[in-house]
Amino acid sequence: MDLVKPAIGLIFWMTLSFGIVLFILKKYAWKPILKSLSDRDASIQDALDTAKRTKEEMAALKSDNEKLLMQARAERDLMMKEARDTKDAIIAEAKSKAALEANKMIKSAREAINTEKLAAIAELKSQVATLSVDIAEKILRHELANDDKQKALMNNLLKDVNLN
Amino acid sequence: MKFIPEIALKTIMKYAIHSFIYIALLFSTSSFANSDAKAEGKSEKFNAGELIIDHISDSHEWHIAGDLVMPLPVIVYSSKKGLSVFSSSHLEHGEVYEGLALRENHVVAVNPDGKENEEATAALWDISITKNTATILFSVFLMCFVFISVAKSYSKRPDMAPKGLQSWVEPLIVFVRDDVAKPSIGEKKYARYMPYLLTIFFFILFCNLLGLIPFMPGGSNVTGNIAVTMTLAVFTFIITSVSGNKHYWKHIVAMPGVPGWVLFLLTPIEILGVFLRPFVLMIRLFANILAGHIIALSFFCLIFIFAEMNKGVGYSVSVVSIAFTVFMGFLELLVAFLQAYVFTLLSAIYFGAAVEEAHHPPHPDTEQQGLI
Repeated sequence: MDLVKPAIGLIFWMTLSFGIVLFILKKYAWKPILKSLSDRDASIQDALDTAKRTKEEMAALKSDNEKLLMQARAERDLMMKEARDTKDAIIAEAKSKAALEANKMIKSAREAINTEKLAAIAELKSQVATLSVDIAEKILRHELANDDKQKALMNNLLKDVNLN
Repeated sequence: MKFIPEIALKTIMKYAIHSFIYIALLFSTSSFANSDAKAEGKSEKFNAGELIIDHISDSHEWHIAGDLVMPLPVIVYSSKKGLSVFSSSHLEHGEVYEGLALRENHVVAVNPDGKENEEATAALWDISITKNTATILFSVFLMCFVFISVAKSYSKRPDMAPKGLQSWVEPLIVFVRDDVAKPSIGEKKYARYMPYLLTIFFFILFCNLLGLIPFMPGGSNVTGNIAVTMTLAVFTFIITSVSGNKHYWKHIVAMPGVPGWVLFLLTPIEILGVFLRPFVLMIRLFANILAGHIIALSFFCLIFIFAEMNKGVGYSVSVVSIAFTVFMGFLELLVAFLQAYVFTLLSAIYFGAAVEEAHHPPHPDTEQQGLI
C-alpha cells in the first residue's frame, strides 16, 4: 500500500531539510536561547539569594538596633533613677537641716520664754508681796478703827486661846 | 501513566473508524442502488475513500481552493538522461513530458507510445518537491524565522521578562528542558541533546499544526507520512547508537547478572528492541496523525455521502458533521501537542538510557515505555 511505503524523494528532502534546520537552529537559535535562559535563571537565583541575604542583614541590623535601644533605655532608666535618688537625698537633707534649724530656734525661743517667765514671776512675786502688805495694812487699819471691833477681835483671839 | 490519554484516544479513534466504515458501507450500497436507478444521468459517483486517500497522500501539486492548484517542481534523476527539472503543470491530466508521466501520483517513465516502461521507471530517482516536501520546507523556514528572531530578542533584552513571540515559545522550551530532557537524561548530560530535542519537538509540532490548517500553506499530511516519521526515528536511532556508552551496549549484548542460558533468549530480544524502539516511534506518530486526518475527513465526507442520497438529508447531516469535524479539530490540536511531546520524551528517554552511568540502577520505566 502506498501509505506505508516511504517515498525516497521525501526521505531525501526530509533528511536534508531536517539536518539543515537542526544545524542552523542549534547554532543561531537554541544555543543563544538556552544560554540566555540559563543566564536568566542564574540572575533570578542571584537576585533571590541577594534578597535573602539582605533580609538576614536587615534582621541582624534590626536586632542590633533593638539591643542599642534597650541599652539606651536601660541607661536612661539608670540616669533617671540616679536623678531621683539625688533629688530624694537633697530633699531629705534639706528637710533634716530645716528640722534641726527649727528645733534650735524653738529651743532658744523656749529658753527665752522661760527666762522671761521667770523674770515675770519674780516681779509678780515682789508685786504680790507689796500688795499683800498694803492690803494687810489697810485691813488692819479698817479692823481696828473702833473699840468694839478691837474688843471683838480680842475676844475672838482669846476664844481660840485655851487656858490649859 | 502518561500514555493513558493516548490509549484512550486510540480506542476512540478505533471505534470512530469502525462506526464510520459501518455507516459508509450501509449507505454506499444504498447509493449504488440509487445511482443504478438514476441510470447514466449522473456522471461521477462520490467516492469518500478515494477523496480521503487523495487528501492524505503526497502529491505533485498543491491544492489551494476549488480547481486552483499550485504546480510544484518535478525533479527526476535517471542514469540515462541525467537530471530533469520541470513544473508539474506539464504532467497534468496524464500528459507526457520528457518521456515522463504521472500515474497515480507517481512519476513514471513512458515509452513513446504512451505505455509505462517499468524497467526505466525502476531506474528513476524521483526527488521532486512534492506537497509534503514543500510543507517541510515551509515549516523549516518558519522555524528558522521564529526561533532566530526569538534568539535575537533574547540577546537584545537580556535578563528581562519574555515579550511577544518569546513568551509563546519560552514555556515550551523550558518545558522541553525541565520536564523532558532533565528528568530523562540527567542534569549532567542533558545539555548535549537539547538542540536535537527542541528541533524535533518544534518540527513535529509545527508540521502537526500546519496539517490542521485545511488550505495552503497547510493541508498536507506531513507527520502522517511514513517517510517523514521514519527519517525522524532514524535520527533518534543514530543519535542513541552513537552516544551509547559501554554500559548501554553491555546491557544489550550481555545483561549483567543474568545466567548464561537466559542470555540466549534475552540478547536477541534486546537487540530487536534496539531497532524496535525507533520503529515504534515512527509508527506511533504516523498512525496518530494519519488517523486524525482520516477521521476528520470522514466526518466531512459524510455530508456528501448523505447529500448524494437526498439533498435535505445532506444538509441536516452537515450540521452534525461539522460539529464532529470541529470536535476532531480540537482533539487533533491536543494530539498535535501530545505526539510532539511523546516523540521528544521517548527520544530523550532513549538518549538517557544510552548515556546512563554504570553505577546507576537501570531506569525501570525505560523498558516499559519503549514497548508501548
